[in-house]
Amino acid sequence: MRGFSRYAAGTALAILLVATAFPFWWALVASVSPEATLFERPSLWPREIVLEHYRALFDVRDFWIPIRNSLVVAGTTTVFCVVVGAFAAYAIARLRFRGKALILGFILAVTMFPQISIVSPLYLLLRTLGLINSYPGLVLPYLTFAMPLTVWLLVTFFRQLPGDLEEAALVDGASRWQAFTKVMLPLAAPGVATTGILTFIYSWNEFLFALSFTLGPERQTVPVAIALFRGQYQVPWGQIMAAAIVATFPVAALVLAFQRRIVQGLTAGAVKG
Amino acid sequence: MSAVAPRRGFEAAERRLAWSLVAPALGVILLVALFPLGWTVWESLHVHDLRMPWRGKPFAGLDNYVAMASDGRFWASMGHTFFFTAASVGLELLLGLFLAMAMNQAFRGRGLVRAAVLVPWAIPTVVSALLWRFLFDAEAGIANAVLLDVGLIEEPIVWFIRASTAWVPVILADVWKTTPFVALLLLAGLQNIDESLHEAASVDGANAWQRFRHITLPLLKPAILVVLIFRTLDAFRVFDLIYVLTGGGPGTSTEPISLYAFNALLQNLQFGYGSALSVVVFATTFAIAVLYIKGLGMDLGEGPR
Repeated sequence: MRGFSRYAAGTALAILLVATAFPFWWALVASVSPEATLFERPSLWPREIVLEHYRALFDVRDFWIPIRNSLVVAGTTTVFCVVVGAFAAYAIARLRFRGKALILGFILAVTMFPQISIVSPLYLLLRTLGLINSYPGLVLPYLTFAMPLTVWLLVTFFRQLPGDLEEAALVDGASRWQAFTKVMLPLAAPGVATTGILTFIYSWNEFLFALSFTLGPERQTVPVAIALFRGQYQVPWGQIMAAAIVATFPVAALVLAFQRRIVQGLTAGAVKG
Repeated sequence: MSAVAPRRGFEAAERRLAWSLVAPALGVILLVALFPLGWTVWESLHVHDLRMPWRGKPFAGLDNYVAMASDGRFWASMGHTFFFTAASVGLELLLGLFLAMAMNQAFRGRGLVRAAVLVPWAIPTVVSALLWRFLFDAEAGIANAVLLDVGLIEEPIVWFIRASTAWVPVILADVWKTTPFVALLLLAGLQNIDESLHEAASVDGANAWQRFRHITLPLLKPAILVVLIFRTLDAFRVFDLIYVLTGGGPGTSTEPISLYAFNALLQNLQFGYGSALSVVVFATTFAIAVLYIKGLGMDLGEGPR
């Protein structure tokens, strides 16, 4: 590793930055260029800046509907999973009982479930319950990947907390429940927030279930709405790229604001430190 | 006796508390994930065509699986899936290792790089697929413009009209989106390696390659294995990316198994056969995981530390 000179490493990372940013820049340029110029000679800078694609996106295509749907579905899923998952994760990380290694192994196995393997029963179930094309009809399937993910991440965070404070509280006569709510939860708040952010991102991005269990634009989430964009005669690239920028914005903002914590959450769960 | 009793009572109370805390989350997972999985297997043993509800749902034993054995589209889709998995995971691992080592060199702007590489990972796969479809569009795409300028091609390539060229944007898009994740996991592994090992090896006259081969690589093995298993399982169930980029086309020439199962279920409404295809996806994923864990001596059961 040392043989890698610092200069070479810097160059590699500069190339990486450009390669990472370029597709976004290209989408941004397309989203503010007049449709006709998109098919002319490509240019790195917009020749002329127009907002017609963004206007069409919200005025004609009602893009605020999929945004609202995604916020409701991803938000509900996240809150439910973090609240329910926090109890389970605390027990697994901190309490002594038999079978917890088994439970944790099972939870990890479920996070690796291919989603397609449960599409058919979920479809039949939601159809029977009359929940196709509804918010609960999305939140329920989302729990299949969000619940195990939340528990897994939270266990990681709870295990990193120092045990002394909790022990001290117990010695001072606090019950386990009080030790959890008064001592552990406040300490774990950053980890809980990170878990919430990651769960939200996974739910915001989900595609297969949202495609399978919605029927029309009124309940489609952002990824489904964008994937099904169609133009009358040709692909409406300007609008699609505007939509891509809009869909990227919330997750990019979350990631940039909480990058340190997110990296911690992503790596701690996977690599033993 | 009297000294043991209260201790036992305390442990029993702790056990009860633990189970009551775990029960809701575990219940949810059993209900929404494990129970449906069993149901998929049950469905796969029936002929169940939602377009013909009057036919009901007769039990068919293993008929769906027997039909699959002679279904060319099934074998082709499995082939596409394995090809995509091998190509994308292979490239991501090599590139990710290289980038992780570059990032591990202390230098200014590391935070910026780290933040920047997270963004492709965090955006919806559908969005990254669209970005790359636009880059490789036959008329408006920049890929053709650059290749024409450099003189590598004389005519614009219509990328999505043939499977051989359609795979290029598919694999590039996946590499672009997930290499950051690979690099971050490997970087975490690299940072755990004691710097003094390298210093000692240098003093003993080991060159850079020897140090990489005999220090970095063996110590990084656990992190590499974790990356491999996560990425392989993820790539094997590829759906969003190909749905948006090629739709499995032209024809079904880039269709992965997940997309074939989806089409059988929700386009053709063959719930019996579609479920059987889904079971195969699950079983293969499971087999890959077992192979990695048993074959490569990985220990995930202990959980995070």
